[in-house]
Amino acid sequence: MSLEQLYQQIILEHAKLRTGSGLAETPLPAGASSGQSHQLNPVCGDEITVRVAVSEGKVSQLRWDGEGCSISMASASVLADLAEGMDVGNLTEVIDNFREVLRSRGKLAADPEILGDASAFEGVSKYAARVKCAMISWVAAEDALAQALAPGTPTP
Amino acid sequence: MAFVPTSESQALLMPALTDEEVLRIRNDFPVLSRSMGGHPLIYLDSGATSQNPLSVIEAEQEFYEQRNAAVHRGAHLLAVEATESFEDARETLAAFLGAAADEIIWTSNATEGLNLLSYAFLNSSLPGAAAPAARFALGAGDEIVVTEMEHHANLIPWQQLAERTGATLRFIPVDDAGVLDLEAAGGIIGPATRVLAFSHASNVLGTINPVKKLVEMARQVGALTVLDACQSAPHLPLDVQDLGVDFAVLSGHKMLGPTGIGVLYGRSELLNALPPFLTGGSMITTVTMERAAFLPAPQRFEAGTQKVSQAIALAAAANYLTETGMDRVHAWESLLGQRLVEGLASIPGVRVLGPAPGQERIGLASFDVAGVHAHDVGQFLDSKGIAVRVGHHCAQPLHRRLGLTASTRASTYLYNTTSDVDAFLAAVAEVRAYFGA
Repeated sequence: MSLEQLYQQIILEHAKLRTGSGLAETPLPAGASSGQSHQLNPVCGDEITVRVAVSEGKVSQLRWDGEGCSISMASASVLADLAEGMDVGNLTEVIDNFREVLRSRGKLAADPEILGDASAFEGVSKYAARVKCAMISWVAAEDALAQALAPGTPTP
Repeated sequence: MAFVPTSESQALLMPALTDEEVLRIRNDFPVLSRSMGGHPLIYLDSGATSQNPLSVIEAEQEFYEQRNAAVHRGAHLLAVEATESFEDARETLAAFLGAAADEIIWTSNATEGLNLLSYAFLNSSLPGAAAPAARFALGAGDEIVVTEMEHHANLIPWQQLAERTGATLRFIPVDDAGVLDLEAAGGIIGPATRVLAFSHASNVLGTINPVKKLVEMARQVGALTVLDACQSAPHLPLDVQDLGVDFAVLSGHKMLGPTGIGVLYGRSELLNALPPFLTGGSMITTVTMERAAFLPAPQRFEAGTQKVSQAIALAAAANYLTETGMDRVHAWESLLGQRLVEGLASIPGVRVLGPAPGQERIGLASFDVAGVHAHDVGQFLDSKGIAVRVGHHCAQPLHRRLGLTASTRASTYLYNTTSDVDAFLAAVAEVRAYFGA
């Protein structure tokens, strides 16, 4: 497997774009319920905080702050692109599918119909040491979404 | 290929191995002839774990084929032979470190050696500890001193000990050049200091610490010294008596040996006053249902069935190093270390951690590439068959001090050639362009 299959152009581009980064300086949309999750990869010290806002059953905003390798930064960027505007149930399904593909050790091909640009990460599944890099923001989003949907979540 | 040493300190270390000798040495290491994804393996991760020569692999196999039996029990001939081989291995490691055989305790690795010490100190601090253990007892007002460059293995056991005994943990800071601030150390090591634990050589910076100076400072205040020799014992001549340390630890797998074996050295007088950490079979004299009396060191610290084949294989590793000549290994790796650091420093956007080119360092170099995360650097190098370490190298506080969360580290050993270093440097020079940094 070549390096280019791992670092697809779209990944290298998103690593610089960092769509959705800047959590701290972005206010929550009015009337949304929200959750926030901080995740740390103890192997490399990479960290990310993801905040998910939900309004009327849809992800109205996903913002994040973090530092890490190109895979983790690009993955957060692609996730932010993908998630905003999605039905919450749909986002949960997409996260589950992404996890399944990444943990397949190269056995499952990504379906662009489901994963969109996140399909570019299918090559990561062959690099066991990098799966966590690609997953970290998605795990944070899953946790943040669960908090946003938990009963009694205060509406700001 | 000839390499001319560029600094005075390196010239003093001659004679180093030669590239021709290193090429012969490489033949003793089967894994080094592997191909990784179509590229010949360039192994620059010996600081994490070293490779094994055939003599080490065969020593372990020979033990299982010919002499496997329980040691220190059983009267049959096979058990006698196994015990002799096991104790011969202890003699070999003692000679390798300049110690006496009864000062060598087998552990699983350096981490276990440091935990053994910290737990034995904790046991010494409990009510009802035996009288000789009083010299190790810690409590409120006592201080344990480490350094800011420690591997987590030589930090966390002391944090835990401080927390459990009420003692205070302090540390000697590192300056921007990656050198211990000895002036600050003078203000930190004082009458309250009971233990000074520090690494001989930094696994991140490559700095070689002034052991004798630190031992002298500790002695003046009556503190015990604990040396983490993980990155020194494999790479430079080591004599624990000459250094004057009270305790020292090493890991076998970093010095051509197998995993699962390490050594704790302790001065005999201290070991025999120290209460045991693990208790059970093989470490006792008389046992009743109520109590037990313990054997002297080293047996008092070797409860249960020991790591026999690993100890024998580690002795084979020590013999391999001794036959090659530790002074020559050190000289060779110093040349490789300088070549690494000089090459890295000349690549735009690369920041080398630790001593500058020309300054003394062991044969490793950690670095940061501007705009490219260490994981990506490592992945890029891996695609060319070059194995390096990425991450915080179990030294988060040191990385924080340097303003980083992670770095990339190339670490050499006696089987690395100058062309290994050159291929690595050429690849690092391409990293920023690849990632558009």
